[in-house]
Amino acid sequence: MLKDLFRKPKYVTVHADTVRKDIPEGLWQKCPTCNEILYSKELEKTMKTCGKCGYHFRMGARERINATIDEGSFSELDADLVSANPLGFADYPVKIAKSQEATKLKDAIVTGEAVIDGKPVVIGVMDAGFVMGSMGSVVGEKVTRAVEKAIAKGVPLIIFSASGGARMQEGIISLMQMAKTCGALAKLNEARLLYISVVTDPTTGGVTASFATMGDIIVAEPGALIGFTGQRVIEQTIRQKLPEGFQTSEFLLDHGFIDMVVPRMQMKNTLAALLDLHTNGGTDNV
Amino acid sequence: MSSQLLDFEKPLIELEAKIEELKKFSKEKGIDLADEIKTLQTKSETLKKNIYGNLTPWQRISIARHPERPGVIDYIKMLFEGFMEMHGDRYYGDDPAVVGGIARFNGQPVTVIGHVKGKNTKENLARNFGMPHPEGNRKALRLMEQAEKFGRPVFSFVDTPGAYCGIGAEERGQAQTIAASLTRMMTLRVPVIPTIIGEGGSGGALAIAVGDYILMLENAVYSISTPETFASILLKDSTKAQEVAGAMKMTARDLEGFGVIDEIIAEPLGGAHKNAPEMAKTLGKSLQKALNSVKKLPPEKMLEKRYEKFRGIGQLISG
Ligand SMILES: [Zn+2]
Repeated sequence: MLKDLFRKPKYVTVHADTVRKDIPEGLWQKCPTCNEILYSKELEKTMKTCGKCGYHFRMGARERINATIDEGSFSELDADLVSANPLGFADYPVKIAKSQEATKLKDAIVTGEAVIDGKPVVIGVMDAGFVMGSMGSVVGEKVTRAVEKAIAKGVPLIIFSASGGARMQEGIISLMQMAKTCGALAKLNEARLLYISVVTDPTTGGVTASFATMGDIIVAEPGALIGFTGQRVIEQTIRQKLPEGFQTSEFLLDHGFIDMVVPRMQMKNTLAALLDLHTNGGTDNV
Repeated sequence: MSSQLLDFEKPLIELEAKIEELKKFSKEKGIDLADEIKTLQTKSETLKKNIYGNLTPWQRISIARHPERPGVIDYIKMLFEGFMEMHGDRYYGDDPAVVGGIARFNGQPVTVIGHVKGKNTKENLARNFGMPHPEGNRKALRLMEQAEKFGRPVFSFVDTPGAYCGIGAEERGQAQTIAASLTRMMTLRVPVIPTIIGEGGSGGALAIAVGDYILMLENAVYSISTPETFASILLKDSTKAQEVAGAMKMTARDLEGFGVIDEIIAEPLGGAHKNAPEMAKTLGKSLQKALNSVKKLPPEKMLEKRYEKFRGIGQLISG
């Protein structure tokens, strides 16, 4: 089955301080599903997917943007926003600094205006390498501003999610970002503008329970982990092993929560086709 | 009046027992111990003020989780007339962790929704410890949309450790139902007045807590997760819950400081469970006042204010 092609080994929670598996180091790396040796040059051509089995490696925000938009069309929004420390945790700023160093990002999302296949959009791309891609004040604010920008410009919005959920270190403030981003999307709905949510590995918790599942169209990459509660917590709660393939893109497709599973190599074309069907917001032919 | 005591109350209870003993002894033996009793009573009053006036966050959590703490069903009985319960999400089932229906509040028809915890193990199992499945979130949203159609204000009562996590909950879209509620509640064209009455944990709590004016009982707590989950994720040790409870800034006063809630409602000394009727009376007054202030606004203005309330939350540094 096609599904089995994209099945990944059991998902392991990635912490910011463990080695990032999405950065190829050296000249080659091994595919974690089929053990194929993949050369960096080859991986570049296949957008970090395994040519043999279709496994999708994680991708950072910057390279994702480059792989998705028309060359040179990106103009970044709110690039300088960084989080304060609302709960006053001593090691939170340290954690942020480490992630900034490792990813060269200010926080877990990059947003901006761009053009895809000639069509203007506002795009946001999350990076799972930044404090697990968690949503605190910065992600919540940048997503909200991206929505507001899309409304102001009257263009479609595309958000690539990759997140461990709401950021624990900002406590209740992170939780409120879920309501804030959804509130902004409610305004986008009123403006009758297209929102395509692209869900990538991994997307869980507060991001799944807010903007990631609110797309007019929801697209997922093959084999991505998508869910509400992390698998370790579910297993501890119900005291049983989870079934194979639980919370994957294909599982969500089967259960009716996403529109399509699209391999990375076809993502740009798919987005372009969807945008084309919604030219002028899709409302001109009423 | 409460039978289940919390650890930190023990010195006070012991002292009160001693006073009773002295009184009894004095009466039986005919010895005048009035001075001694008076001294102890003064001591007891001071102790009471010291304990209940300086509750630690963890002690508040214990009060918020007290099995005898009044819940939504108690408030429905004490504050609303003629409650008629409505069931089901119209897709899959009826979630016993969420109660909802229509009643009169001071004569006006309103929709009431809340999480229900049990008061004992049997009830807790039946109510799933107040942790909603997707069906509970969908039922709540359905009843809110019904309220909107008929122009009824919505009162919601939050008391959940969080949305349930399990295989079925994931299969039936736990995350999506929360997101759908958050999005839809932001444009619901009737007043929505949420009150955090006990525990407010994670997206499960938030799914019925988007509204125009947010109330919170003095000893209630509200955060991104329970302290147990928080400790488990950040410290890899759920037994450190007591240690992180303060740092999580989850008390009513913390949240008022963050602008997350609009009003703190005072509880009877020692907590709502010490005097539920008094608690209900205080809460009822605040609910009516909140409703009056929201009702005054034209719908567009009400929705704009609701959005701005959440839009403004976040702590950022530019550059
Ligand atoms: Zn492979």
